[in-house]
Amino acid sequence: MPPLIETRNICKEYRDGQTVTPVLDNISLQIRKGEFVAIMGPSGSGKSTLLHILGFLDAYSSGDYLFEGKETSSYTEEESAKVRNRKIGFVFQAFNLLARASVLDNVKLPLLYSEIDEKEWDERARKSLESVGLSHRINHEPNELSGGEKQRAAIARALVANPEVIFADEPTGNLDSKSGQMVMETLEQVHQKEGRTIILITHETETAEHAERIINIRDGKIEKDEKIATRRLAKTFIK
Amino acid sequence: MRTAHTFKSAFKSLRANKTRSALTILGIVIGITAIIIVVSVSEGAKGLILSQIKGLGANIIFIEPGREPEGPSDFTQILSDSLKDRELKALNKRNIPDLKDLAPAVMVPAILSRGGETKNTNVLGTSPLYAEMLSIFPEQGVFLSDDDVLSGSNSVVIGYNVKEELFGPSDALGENIKIKNKNFRVIGVFPKKGQVAFFDVDNVAIIPYTTALNYISGSRHYNLIMAEISTDEAVPRAAKDIEITLRNLHSITDPEKDDFHITTQEDIVDRVGTITGVLQTLLGSVAAISLIVGGIGIMNIMLVSVTERTREIGLRKALGARPADILYQFLLEAVMLTIIGGVIGIILGALFSFTVSIVLSKTLNLDWSFVFSTKAAALGIAVSGGIGLIFGIFPARRASKKSPIEALRYE
Ligand SMILES: Nc1ncnc2c1ncn2[C@@H]1O[C@H](COP(=O)(O)OP(=O)(O)O)[C@@H](O)[C@H]1O
Ligand SMILES: [Mg+2]
Repeated sequence: MPPLIETRNICKEYRDGQTVTPVLDNISLQIRKGEFVAIMGPSGSGKSTLLHILGFLDAYSSGDYLFEGKETSSYTEEESAKVRNRKIGFVFQAFNLLARASVLDNVKLPLLYSEIDEKEWDERARKSLESVGLSHRINHEPNELSGGEKQRAAIARALVANPEVIFADEPTGNLDSKSGQMVMETLEQVHQKEGRTIILITHETETAEHAERIINIRDGKIEKDEKIATRRLAKTFIK
Repeated sequence: MRTAHTFKSAFKSLRANKTRSALTILGIVIGITAIIIVVSVSEGAKGLILSQIKGLGANIIFIEPGREPEGPSDFTQILSDSLKDRELKALNKRNIPDLKDLAPAVMVPAILSRGGETKNTNVLGTSPLYAEMLSIFPEQGVFLSDDDVLSGSNSVVIGYNVKEELFGPSDALGENIKIKNKNFRVIGVFPKKGQVAFFDVDNVAIIPYTTALNYISGSRHYNLIMAEISTDEAVPRAAKDIEITLRNLHSITDPEKDDFHITTQEDIVDRVGTITGVLQTLLGSVAAISLIVGGIGIMNIMLVSVTERTREIGLRKALGARPADILYQFLLEAVMLTIIGGVIGIILGALFSFTVSIVLSKTLNLDWSFVFSTKAAALGIAVSGGIGLIFGIFPARRASKKSPIEALRYE
């Protein structure tokens, strides 16, 4: 079976008139289904840019990107939207929940753009919220939740359409350490219980060590890509 | 995207900015209100005119002294004395072959009295033909006869209000009333009629024109001569003949200097058409301007909204929204906004037209009825929705083209 994600010499540069800013430099990597990978690197190293490319949100300048073994360079905007909706779940640093909608409606949002029967939306959203331990919060609005709860609601939203892979960009970046631990625990559960692929972006070693494998990026290049010997598990940490 | 949810979220975002939404749709509200008023006032006026000339045959020509009044304050007609017995005699079958009959009319304000009761009203001196032309006939008694006219009798036929005010519940037929202190015998009483051909039948006292000229008017001229023509088709020809006859009689060569004017039923309909046409153009331009201004306001506010909601748009795209989904969402918001404005406009327009109809029918005793036109309402909805589409498409397209990563860049 081909890897879920494979890039060959992906480059990305920003052009502003004459000045060219290279951001990603020949990124080649493979991520298999079911892996929990952390992409680590200092701020400005190109982590988010890479994630946006892998998540069909941004274009790359050169190289090849294969998703589920298929070359993606010819995808139209509609096809990219479809992949994002069916195969990918995003978790952002800033949560990005809709302020005027209930937690339940927020979690349902991806389903609006799916082909899933509307009758199933409610149950799916509830199940998803249950899996992140937020069943008691479904009718609240986001501003009534703590930061950790917001991020767990966002994880529930990312899971609701049953995607292949979760992209989480600095999911604990806006949280205190305790809430951060809760969120990491939730992600671990999603990985362990459901066997879902998780790609986690962070600049903190501690957070990265929750993954099975760490890809280090510096100045747009892969510096190191290795399996972790001693995984840090959130539960043991909390105790 | 699923319509019910799109509606819900569009509604939420409009409600979140209540004041802004309300101010934005003001132009649309005014525009649609104007449209509704135009339609219902035009229809009301049309209904009024039709009801007024309904009893009136299309074969009647009105001849009035003075040139055609150019406005409500033009008194040349009232002051002119160009129609007298000489003119009445000249309007005969030899000069106007299609003429069937004539009914002159003298209108004099006068005080009617009976015992202690008095009433200030208009006395009309005319001939028996008048009742037939207007299709108004007494409920009790009879109308004037040719003998009454020839002998200049002191007979009077009174309107419903005159009878009520002077006699109350008691019988009026055969009783005497005083007009300008001269005794008249009531030979007929009209039923309650309201206005007929813009003439207030309920408040009139009708006497033979010969009597009116001799005792009441104090002058020898007519306010109106009605000519009955043999057929409807002959009316234009007869009108021409009347014109020629009167010009010859008065030695007028320049039609600009006419000291009389002729009105046919067709002219009345035309004149009303002109008035409602002016009203339509006037309010129509108000509507058009407000709708355009309102539409630009909608576009402006939608552009602001698109900018404010960059993050939301990006998020939706990241979650799988296609450009078409985003376009649809913002277009729906714009259309909902304008249709809400349209609905408010329809309600305001209907209320205003309803008030106008009440005021006109109560104060002027006009037969002006309010009709809620579903056609006008449908037009209002269609126009407001159309404005939303036209002015919403540009902001919605801009939203649909936004890049998803803009939202994800955390600032
Ligand atoms: N639109 C842009 N134009 C120019 N440079 C950009 C743009 N977006 C990002 N960059 C640059 O790309 C580099 C990588 O950014 P990013 O992927 O966000 O880094 P990270 O997520 O690792 O902090 C940064 O130096 C940033 O300034
Ligand atoms: Mg980043």
